[in-house]
Amino acid sequence: MAELELKNLYDNFRDGNTIKAYAKIIAEDAQKLKKPINIMEVCGGHTHTIMKFGLPQLLPDNVNFIHGPGCPVCIMPKERIDHAYVLSMQPNVILVTLGDMIKVPGSNGSLQDARAKGADVRFVYSPMECIKIAQENEDKKVIFFAIGFETTTPMTAVLIDQVIKQEIKNIFFHINHVTVPEVMVELIDSRDVHVDSYNNQIDAFLGPSHVSVISGSKIYDKFPKEYGRPVVVTGFEPVDAMQGISMIVKQFAEERCEMEVQYKRVVNYDGNLKAQALIEKYFEKMSLFRWRGLGNVPDSGLKLREAYDAYDAEVIYKDVLPIAEIEDHKLCICGDILRGMGSPRSVPSLELRVSLLHL
Amino acid sequence: MCLSIPSKVVKISDDKTMCTVDTMGVQRDANLMMMEDDDIVIGDYVLLHIGFVMNKIDDDEALASIDTYKEILELMDEEDRKKAILEDDECEARGEQYTEEIKN
Repeated sequence: MAELELKNLYDNFRDGNTIKAYAKIIAEDAQKLKKPINIMEVCGGHTHTIMKFGLPQLLPDNVNFIHGPGCPVCIMPKERIDHAYVLSMQPNVILVTLGDMIKVPGSNGSLQDARAKGADVRFVYSPMECIKIAQENEDKKVIFFAIGFETTTPMTAVLIDQVIKQEIKNIFFHINHVTVPEVMVELIDSRDVHVDSYNNQIDAFLGPSHVSVISGSKIYDKFPKEYGRPVVVTGFEPVDAMQGISMIVKQFAEERCEMEVQYKRVVNYDGNLKAQALIEKYFEKMSLFRWRGLGNVPDSGLKLREAYDAYDAEVIYKDVLPIAEIEDHKLCICGDILRGMGSPRSVPSLELRVSLLHL
Repeated sequence: MCLSIPSKVVKISDDKTMCTVDTMGVQRDANLMMMEDDDIVIGDYVLLHIGFVMNKIDDDEALASIDTYKEILELMDEEDRKKAILEDDECEARGEQYTEEIKN
């Protein structure tokens, strides 16, 4: 077998000819479909690839996408953004978070606005940069506003681990990590009696790439078995995406309903066990986490275990953090869109439509 | 946020907590604390995410995928192949067109 070169990992998975070849295979298999199918790509990384490479235009009319909720920034409810804003305004606090959070608006404005008002808000590429910031500012409290799905949670756990091992006294955490399988269940079988998920139009899931690197493909076993929805865990490159879509269409054409992995070069069934152990050590499930557009989703959020209260900014600053839930805009139909029961085109307000596009 | 970059490990620190990776000519440091001590060796391809190595890329599986793609391409007839090359240049335009459709 030939030796793998780094450029193969880029070029071969972005090759236009291969994308077109898969388009042809999908078109052939789609002729065998008994009814049109809607595939939800759960993860925002896939949405990015689908949009950037215009993949829907390569698919037959009976294979459609429902774009999923997989962006940890977009789904953050206003009250959590307000927490970040309030924390950043506390005396002697440096609020640190990942760059994606800069412009997300809360009730009082975004973190960029807080910075304009004099708050010390810093955006980092990696959570580990908190250690250097804390060492250079020993008289300040560094609060890491942690966001992200399973992909990013273990990196926060490594930071906590190091803060404890190195006995760093001025780093604290505000945890907003969320999990993917729970929100997938919410979309197809909500436990909220006020939510009509019965008529959802999601027929299959394109499973996230890097969430699955950490958690393993085992987290999707229940979707074909209990909910009758195939899942194909797929990589982020356009050839990956087309192959993943092709695998889903083939399952429907052959009347199969399975969990399969297209992204075998990095995803296995069990995932990264060390990362999972770190998550398990420091985090536990919250009973509810509110998702912007979807409302309360049971068991979908993580919080620090009680043993680490001394590091938990939500505990330390509980007297100043607002606790009221802030309802979504009443014209927001994100929940319906995510269940395939509405379309971005049917959002009544132009302003909302534009903001949806920017999410 | 969840996009990760394939890179090649060129150096590993003595305590095995950090490594240097090459991402298409650009070298940077990456944290190895999410990996078991002997998981990664110099020359491995890895996925990088917010400063951490999150997993090793399996060479055999990557090569197997590439072989599958070669086979698929061989099945395309000459006319399809010509069309594919032409349309390859149009993928960005296709993406923009799709975004416009959604806006309207």
